[in-house]
Amino acid sequence: MSKILRVNMTDLTTEFESVPEKYKNMGGRWLTSCMVCDEVPPTCHPLGPNNKIVYASGIVTGTAAPTSGRISIGGKSPLTGTIKETNSGGQAGQKLARLGIKAIIVEGQPKEKGQYWVLKVDKDGAQLLPAADGWLGKGLYETYPLLFDKFGEKVAIIGIGMAGERLMSNAGICVNDPQNRPARYAGRGGMGAVMGSKGLKAIILDDKDGPGVPIVNKEVFDTGRKKLTDALREHAITKPGGGLNSYGTAVLVNIMNEAGGFPTRNFREGRFEGAARISGETINETCKKRGGVGMTGHGCSPGCIIRCSNVYPKPDGSELVSVQEYESVWSFGANCGIDDLDITGELVHLCNDYGLDTIEAGVTIGIAMEAGLADFGDGKKAIELMHQIGEGTPLGYILGNGAATTAGVFGVVRCPTVKGQAMPAYDPRAVKGIGITYAISTMGADHTSGYTIAPEILGVSGKVDQFIVEKADMARNFQYATAFIDTSGHCLFIAFAILDIPSGLEGMVEECSGVLGTNWTLDDIGRIGGEIIGMEREFNAAAGFTRVHDRLPEFMKYEELSPHNVVFDVPDEELDKVHAV
Amino acid sequence: MRTVIEIEIRLYATLKRYRPELKVGEPLFLNVDEGTTAKRVLEEVLGIPAKVVKTVFVNGIYRDLDHVLADGDRVGIFPPVGGG
Repeated sequence: MSKILRVNMTDLTTEFESVPEKYKNMGGRWLTSCMVCDEVPPTCHPLGPNNKIVYASGIVTGTAAPTSGRISIGGKSPLTGTIKETNSGGQAGQKLARLGIKAIIVEGQPKEKGQYWVLKVDKDGAQLLPAADGWLGKGLYETYPLLFDKFGEKVAIIGIGMAGERLMSNAGICVNDPQNRPARYAGRGGMGAVMGSKGLKAIILDDKDGPGVPIVNKEVFDTGRKKLTDALREHAITKPGGGLNSYGTAVLVNIMNEAGGFPTRNFREGRFEGAARISGETINETCKKRGGVGMTGHGCSPGCIIRCSNVYPKPDGSELVSVQEYESVWSFGANCGIDDLDITGELVHLCNDYGLDTIEAGVTIGIAMEAGLADFGDGKKAIELMHQIGEGTPLGYILGNGAATTAGVFGVVRCPTVKGQAMPAYDPRAVKGIGITYAISTMGADHTSGYTIAPEILGVSGKVDQFIVEKADMARNFQYATAFIDTSGHCLFIAFAILDIPSGLEGMVEECSGVLGTNWTLDDIGRIGGEIIGMEREFNAAAGFTRVHDRLPEFMKYEELSPHNVVFDVPDEELDKVHAV
Repeated sequence: MRTVIEIEIRLYATLKRYRPELKVGEPLFLNVDEGTTAKRVLEEVLGIPAKVVKTVFVNGIYRDLDHVLADGDRVGIFPPVGGG
């Protein structure tokens, strides 16, 4: 029988509860957002005692469903002030699900600041253990091995780094990958700071002899699993040897650059002269040339058949970092005017070590360059700035609180954030639909909340002109479908296959129905997705957000972006139409 | 009268194998007859079957394969790619 684990950090108690009927069919983002809406006062301070942090695996996570290892983490974000769901691959989602735990809710706050605990969960129960001094105040590449020594190599760890301990708004939450690297992140929105504010350094999940994930209707589940697996193996983007598997997500660098929507030097330009040198093709070639541990086609979580991660080698073949992905090579690369993967790799390594989101960190460094703290293109100085965060200097605290804070401190007007969260690697002036997504997302600027790039640039699910502004319906549909995928426990990248192959889409729904014993159809995707977005928007409205906040930064309306020389010209009425239904 | 135009081609991802001597992102400059379509450049000049091509950007704008190229065009050619 599945249960909920409630952890109270005020009195340091843990308690298992039965799952209320209301939550029975929920998982992932649906469950975290619903619990946050039910239990967190929208006006609470994100780092105060009344915020909560919820961890939930997706509906099919922990089963044999392909590419389904996601864990969702929700609460009120210190970066945006909105509700937040941020999800990650790695090992934690599957182990949490296989322990028969529907969700972990962490609430309250220790009376004394600066003390940390570790939550250990196994088949026999849960306990809070004081964190050893040696696990604190250092990088995660040092801390994680100590935790594996203590708790065994087969556990999953959900942890925070120094950024989280210091309650910085760009602190992410780290999950170990299959080789136990501290390399996968529920990075966005500063949820690491919320975990830190609870005095929780890490959650250790040991699923040995756990009950596993019950499947109510095995036949329906197996039918769905086969359909989805076939779709993923067939589609040119997701199949073995396909675009994602061969080149990683950074295969997008060149196409976004050709399309003139690749933000360069803090969103001053839409094309970067060094793009090819930080692209997936170059990552692939360098892995082959340098050899050693270098590889593409690395899986971030067991059971993934896409396997888009990589291990990037140093010139001598030893490991520099896993993973150099699109968003990271862009944020530290083109966005900072840097065209060297050895530099971006080192910067990603520092994010993993300190516990930071790479998108927010790269955009922050770009703003620091805009402010004159370094020249664009100066990789050495970018690394020095990142070290300030690790050292906890006053400048480090500013940078560790993200792009909007840094822009505010230094008077930078060209600040590419929405609701305080840094924009990802698509310039909305050149690709209008993703701009609508950034503007109206419940999470701040977030490409993963409605990836309209698929039709606008990639030609997935048909081809739509990137410059057309009437895309409210498209943006809404993408948000709803995405919220369902984030609920299922699948990685969002299955979308490339299931948007083009209808049986794959059916398969995803059937997998969920099989696990839960429901009779969901394709119509339930929009129904459930709409319900999730609706409740998230209600939370945000109660927290003080209005349509005025569903806007892009003003400079994008008057600064033209080369090479197309376009501004963001989607009318406000079109933005408001998204949620007018 | 025959007019020749110069175009600038970039082949990405798996399509690079059709010109393995080029570095990633290195342009290939071609002289073709005025009125040549993207498809003709692909199939007749480069020897790339149209079916392996997913997207063609000409000067940063998505174009169909029957798009007629003009002098000085920058043409980026891609197989199916995706990421995020």
